[in-house]
Amino acid sequence: MSKVSSIDFGVLSPQMIKKMATVKIDKAELYDPDGYPINGGLCDLRLGVVDPGLRCRVCGATAGNCLGHFGYLELTKPVIHPIFGKHIYHLLKITCRKCGRLLATDEEIKGMKNPWKEIYKNPRKKCPHCDAEQKRITFQKPTTYREDKQELTAEEVRERLERISNEDLKLLGINGGRPEWLVLTLLPIPPVTVRPSITLETGERSEDDLTHKLVDIIRINERLKKNIELGAPDFIIKDIWELLQYHVSTLMNNEISTIPPARHRSGRSLKTLAQRLTKKEGRFRGNLSGKRVNFSARTVISPDPCISIDEVGVPLVIAKNLTVPVRVNKNNIKELRQYILNGSDIYPGANYIIRPDGVKKKITEENKQQITEEIDIGYIVERHLKDGDIVIFNRQPSLHRMSMMAHRVRVMNYKTFRLNLCSTIPYNADFDGDEMNLHVPQTEEAQIEARMLMAVQDHIRSPRYGLPIISCKHDHITGCYLLTKKGTKVPKKKAARLLMRIDMEDKATKDYDGKELFSLLIPKGLNIEFRAASCVGCKKCLKENCPYDAYVVIKKGILKSGVIDENALGEKKGKLLNRIERQFGPEVAKEFLNKVSVVALEFITHHGFTVSVTDSKLDPKTEKKIEKLLEETNKEVEELVRDYKRGKLKELPGMGKEETLETLIQKKAGDVTDKIGKIVKDSLGETNAVIMAKTGARGSFVNLTQTCASVGQEFVGGKRISRGFTGRTLSHFKREDMGLKSRGFVFHGYKRGLDPFEFFFDAMNSRENLMDKSLQTRHSGYMERRLVNALQDLIVEEDLTVRDSYGTIIQFVAGEDGIDPAKSDGGKVNFDLLEK
Amino acid sequence: MTEKTKEVNFLKNHLVPKHELLSYNEAQELLKKFNVSLKQLPKIKQDDPAIKHLNAKRGSIIKITRKSPTAGIYFYYRVVI
Repeated sequence: MSKVSSIDFGVLSPQMIKKMATVKIDKAELYDPDGYPINGGLCDLRLGVVDPGLRCRVCGATAGNCLGHFGYLELTKPVIHPIFGKHIYHLLKITCRKCGRLLATDEEIKGMKNPWKEIYKNPRKKCPHCDAEQKRITFQKPTTYREDKQELTAEEVRERLERISNEDLKLLGINGGRPEWLVLTLLPIPPVTVRPSITLETGERSEDDLTHKLVDIIRINERLKKNIELGAPDFIIKDIWELLQYHVSTLMNNEISTIPPARHRSGRSLKTLAQRLTKKEGRFRGNLSGKRVNFSARTVISPDPCISIDEVGVPLVIAKNLTVPVRVNKNNIKELRQYILNGSDIYPGANYIIRPDGVKKKITEENKQQITEEIDIGYIVERHLKDGDIVIFNRQPSLHRMSMMAHRVRVMNYKTFRLNLCSTIPYNADFDGDEMNLHVPQTEEAQIEARMLMAVQDHIRSPRYGLPIISCKHDHITGCYLLTKKGTKVPKKKAARLLMRIDMEDKATKDYDGKELFSLLIPKGLNIEFRAASCVGCKKCLKENCPYDAYVVIKKGILKSGVIDENALGEKKGKLLNRIERQFGPEVAKEFLNKVSVVALEFITHHGFTVSVTDSKLDPKTEKKIEKLLEETNKEVEELVRDYKRGKLKELPGMGKEETLETLIQKKAGDVTDKIGKIVKDSLGETNAVIMAKTGARGSFVNLTQTCASVGQEFVGGKRISRGFTGRTLSHFKREDMGLKSRGFVFHGYKRGLDPFEFFFDAMNSRENLMDKSLQTRHSGYMERRLVNALQDLIVEEDLTVRDSYGTIIQFVAGEDGIDPAKSDGGKVNFDLLEK
Repeated sequence: MTEKTKEVNFLKNHLVPKHELLSYNEAQELLKKFNVSLKQLPKIKQDDPAIKHLNAKRGSIIKITRKSPTAGIYFYYRVVI
């Protein structure tokens, strides 16, 4: 085998086309009445073999080994190559119509940097070499040329191109080719391997689009020949010639803008040469940049809190289809024999074996006995996927490295992939019908590599912000809060039930306090202090004596004070989880996460947790207070508007009168909402909805305020709602009414219900938010993609410099501070931890 | 506009970082430290307003002291071209 040293792209000469070809094609029929390929037809046997079992008549190879051979078609009249239409036009324009020389004197050309471009830009009326008059040539895409409205035939074009001398071509930058080759006289016929026909179940043969197109060309070519021989009138010949041009053009590209695409009988447009290459499914994007893979599976995902975060539940049917190749050795031969005996239907079985000489054999009911005996050291058995195998799990869009992680297999019943809830965050998955992909690494190297680089527990901390991304969510957080909050007692019996779930029932020796029970899960020797999410931000922090129990202190792995909530376990916040991962490593962190989530869920299940309207019920006194507050604000705003109308309003710096009014009103509206929010926060007891909001499990106090008190100001386009009718938002208001009500302030809460105006404004706002959200994700997704593509070959070198592939320095210290966020604590280095 | 345009010394603006010329020895030391040739350093034009007053020659290195949100101060080096 010789190495490719260079590749030359160019245009085929007619001689070359003839040389490449093994057959001259001139018959439009494909098969004779017996179904045998016609000699000289498009399925000529000398064009290569596609049917298995036959040998190629030219090279003697079997189907699959024979790449096929070209044929050629002699075009009765030449045709313009549609892809080079513009090049031909330029050449016609910059050369003399009569003598074929460039339309510039030798001296002029010497001074030109780009003769082609410069001569084209300055057309001449007369040839400087032969004084011939130069008529104006126009070009109509894709293949029509006219000289003074007189159409030039392809033959004439070719003659003119022939006249251009080789010396002139060199000056134009055309090397190793003749321009007249751009006008086709011979058409290469691609081998049948390029356009294989399919045999349908009915026995009918269905030909490739390309074959259909070529049949058209040959048929028209023959008709043209016959008409010329018969001496048909010029206009008929011209018509047929044009038709030939059309067919050749659409063979190359069926999506030329000015000509109608050639269609199938069914009306579908034909997929010709250019269509095979372009677009997303084309050769480049579809087959070269992206390929399909084997040993992969895809189904719907569903939750399973009982499996570890680094496991994935694989349906039995899938486990029986996906295989892992195992080399037979003396230790596993017994086990593998059993797999083969089980066959492909009984789990755990095997589907194929590969003999040492590389021959692959399918295991069937008939031959499994014999294979079991045949198997020996050195054979490879493709056994079913089994528990503990390493697989790569993925959800699109794969935006960061955590979108593909290595999980351990757990074969299960039913037909969905099962996923631990903590692992949904990095995949951004939910269970409303999401599907995910699974890939099985096929070699030991690949399996180990996946295990060492892609394992789920190694991605608990995100390399983006240096805090846990695989973390607790929703009910995990609520559960932990309920368990660890002041006064939670866990009697011995209940403790046993909780601990049983994590195989620690032997620890259930006494009645527990919630914090004590949680401490059982924390690794020994952990010391940490931090503020919980429910911290209210007192002016002076009392630390462990916090009246809200929001200051977490863990000493030697015992939870002394504080509640466990989002700041301990949540995404981007989990300080406790982060510290465990840092101090004890990913394995311990994984176990901790598994235990905590199971216990939290078990606890919340027994405890009971639900949300209802009563959760956002305010006492009548508070409701009155809020009502009064809103009324006051309304009056204040009316006052402002009155001032404005009287011209009494003082402009704020840098603003006009209208702007000032708007700003002041918006500020007033914002202030009431804040005040109401505070009142609501203070007056609502610790209802379940409040628990979720303050622990960060789900929802926020804004949501609660909007539900039980007032929704507040609605915005569209960043301003108070002002669109609609002239001078007003709805016809129910007076013109130029700048008041709160008419400009989209919602006085009611969702619980009370909005009035029709408010509802309408709320819908306007919601609609805008919805649109923005979907547009924004698409936009920023593409922006990120472009950024990543631009940065992908930058490397952080050993000396912490960031360099590109030429070794050019981009940044002298990576990130300017030299900190790897993946190994940091939220982007910072914790020096206290380093001392230890 | 009737108002006179005031001459502003933009070098004093807080958004313009400090540009200094490295001595030959300092420059050699830098190239050695990062094990690079002049070609592999980021470039700055000779007529860049921020270094015009330094009268730097082609091939000399400019040290830029920048404020950094992550590291406080951060040094950057650019070759004059």
